[in-house]
Amino acid sequence: MKQTSRILSTYSADAFGVASSLFELGGMVIIHDASGCNSTYTTHDEPRWYDMDSMLFVSAISEIEAIMGDDNKLISDIVIEAQKFHPRFIAIAGTPIPAMTGFDAESVAMQIESETGIPSFGFSTTGMHTYISGADKALAALAERFAKKDATPSKDHRINILGCTPLDFSTNGQVESMVKLLTDHGWHVNCTYAMNTSWESVENLGTADVNLVVSATGRATAHFLKETFGAPYLEAVPYGKDFSKKVIDALEMLYQGQEVSLFENVSEASSDACIIGEEIASLSLANALFLETGRRFDVLCPTNEGPLLRTNDHYTPYEEDIIENLSGRNLVISDPTYRNILTDKVRAVDWPHEACSGRIYRKYILNLIGDISDISEKL
Amino acid sequence: MLRKVNGQEVHIDPIPISDITFPSPFPAGLEFSSPARGTWNIAHQGMLIPEAHEIFVCAASCLRGVVLTAYEMKAQERFSTVAVEENNLIEGNMEELIIDGVSSIIKSLPQKPPCVLVYTSCVHHFCGCDLDMVYRELRERFPDIDFTDCYMNPIMRKSGRTPDQIMRSRFYSLLKEKEIRKGSVAFIGNDFSMAKDSVLYRALISAEVPVYELTECKTYEEYQEMARAEYYIVDYPSAKVGGEDLQARLGGKLLYLPFTFSYEEIRENLSKVAAVLPISLPDFDAEEASCENALSQALSKIGSTPIAIDYTAFTRPLGLARLLLYHGFNVKRVYADAFIGEEKRDYEYLCEKHPDLEIWPTLSAQMRFAADHQQSDYLCIGQKAAHFNGAPHFVNLVENGGFTDYQAITGLCELMIDAYENEKDIRDLISKKAWGCESCI
Repeated sequence: MKQTSRILSTYSADAFGVASSLFELGGMVIIHDASGCNSTYTTHDEPRWYDMDSMLFVSAISEIEAIMGDDNKLISDIVIEAQKFHPRFIAIAGTPIPAMTGFDAESVAMQIESETGIPSFGFSTTGMHTYISGADKALAALAERFAKKDATPSKDHRINILGCTPLDFSTNGQVESMVKLLTDHGWHVNCTYAMNTSWESVENLGTADVNLVVSATGRATAHFLKETFGAPYLEAVPYGKDFSKKVIDALEMLYQGQEVSLFENVSEASSDACIIGEEIASLSLANALFLETGRRFDVLCPTNEGPLLRTNDHYTPYEEDIIENLSGRNLVISDPTYRNILTDKVRAVDWPHEACSGRIYRKYILNLIGDISDISEKL
Repeated sequence: MLRKVNGQEVHIDPIPISDITFPSPFPAGLEFSSPARGTWNIAHQGMLIPEAHEIFVCAASCLRGVVLTAYEMKAQERFSTVAVEENNLIEGNMEELIIDGVSSIIKSLPQKPPCVLVYTSCVHHFCGCDLDMVYRELRERFPDIDFTDCYMNPIMRKSGRTPDQIMRSRFYSLLKEKEIRKGSVAFIGNDFSMAKDSVLYRALISAEVPVYELTECKTYEEYQEMARAEYYIVDYPSAKVGGEDLQARLGGKLLYLPFTFSYEEIRENLSKVAAVLPISLPDFDAEEASCENALSQALSKIGSTPIAIDYTAFTRPLGLARLLLYHGFNVKRVYADAFIGEEKRDYEYLCEKHPDLEIWPTLSAQMRFAADHQQSDYLCIGQKAAHFNGAPHFVNLVENGGFTDYQAITGLCELMIDAYENEKDIRDLISKKAWGCESCI
């Protein structure tokens, strides 16, 4: 049955994507939930919780407040704390009960903004989608609100890296490696949206000549920046030596105003090998491995139904489909939790993903930027 | 206390105990989640039932915390999920989803479990899901499996029985009526085994009283033997309703012996047991003298070191503060968002004798900025107190830790001396879920 999982984990949810993507930006994020979301997110999905005083709270909604539709309590609670903490912005993310009661997150945000004067956002997350949708909406909303509209591409090889959250890149130096790679090739990185970056760089998102989208969580922001400022974007994570060179070349072509189709050269013939993970990261790894080993990999994407997926790639969040898809495979690269459904005949190569297994394999998360030997040597 | 937040100064102030409203000192508002994770959750607790399989039926955001709990405690083979999606809310097919989802999972398991705990969530409560029909149908489909209804519905925490009270009852709901074994006892509602060196436990064993404990059961059959108990001993306050439920259903008798640090109450508790079971009462004066000796030894080591206590360590933080203050310890802070009614007398005593004792919340939004990033000289009892005070000298224990009667006092004194003399890695220890439970973290 589609919606059941005998043993597989569930991916981080949309409300947590909102929280993760906005964590470092000086705002106050409120997950509108009774209780559990707070500890779930901060225990499993937020490696920065212990070290950074980010303002992430739950509304602690009660049964009677939900039944009576008492939004005033929520608004009042948020206003009280906002007046103490002076956040740069306020964001409210919904969960299953607000979704059931028809909670109007955007209207509540407007009300809070009118009472506090602090820019406020309401995200109608339901807790029933993956982190991708929540983070994608949140990052785009902030870019639309705060990126200076009078900015223009600076024409000095300036670039933003869009879609950086620990859910996809943990805190093991992957973002820093991407910055170094780009810098080493003559790019000026304006913003790593939204980890390890300054508020000023967020305001200057529109000054980039090109955007590099490293996760589907950055896609909506890239669309916005292209439409508003004309900056083209490339969707890829620069994994491995050869593929990262292709990425660098592709960025240069974009900078020069040329069209680029990065994933076009990879065969669409079905393979006995498979990568399970987020769309852009998995496709990038598949391409990197193909270039360096000649081995083809299909992609099985449980997080989002993205436009990059090829004919033999597959989107499904369901354990039943994943098991079926993996039958006949000999080699699977995935988060270690997938080992629970792999037979002894399958060679499993671990590629831990925080959005899947949370903190369990955090210390084993790989940094494959510019070098995929940690995986290619295990094939 | 002042903290910089976004360049602004934020006051974080405790309330002197004499100024608080008992039992709920702090207004409800936005809540913060401290990184102290040592308390058990409902996924951990359900795993105490041997061979049980847990199936959670919830939205993804709610599933994530418990599915990763199961993984972290290496119990993923005993844990499955049914994801509630938006179409289920719109189409009103929640009953069908649970019945078919649970059935599908059971059929896919390598071994059929003797019992299945089905956890439904807040959304089922709000959509009027007919759970009676759901369980009736599941029992018809799988007559050789015992099902029980469990709940992950924190939205109900202020409505009648709390989720904690309900779950500490539901974990015994699978017990089937058996012939009662005269003169036997079962400890009900604890996540930890009763301390073997406690006066009560020693007295029961030396009187050859059969003792049943969920935490000691290795098989589902052994678990079912708990139904033979004549007396249900409960010392954890939120487990009392579970004992009452068992009394009404299986015919044994509840002995509620509330966990306490008061000599008077300990005497009362032990006397209650001695009134119905052939145990020998201890020499109370001698036991209390040994507690006094332990407290004196601890004080001679710890001296005037400031002490902070939080509610996750012991269910009676005010009782503990009273005991320690009475014996000359320098208790400065108690962290608790609410107190149980049983603490009223200790609250009144402290208001009169130690009106400046600081009461701090743990959930209030301001506590986000309360953690002391500088190592402090506090000796803390409990993980949250250790976190907020940046105190590597702390007693790492939750939910009374299986301690009881006089042993709770002597045992705690030993732990306090150890904490005073030895530093602990706060971050490493408090980040592990469920103190005492297996963890891969």
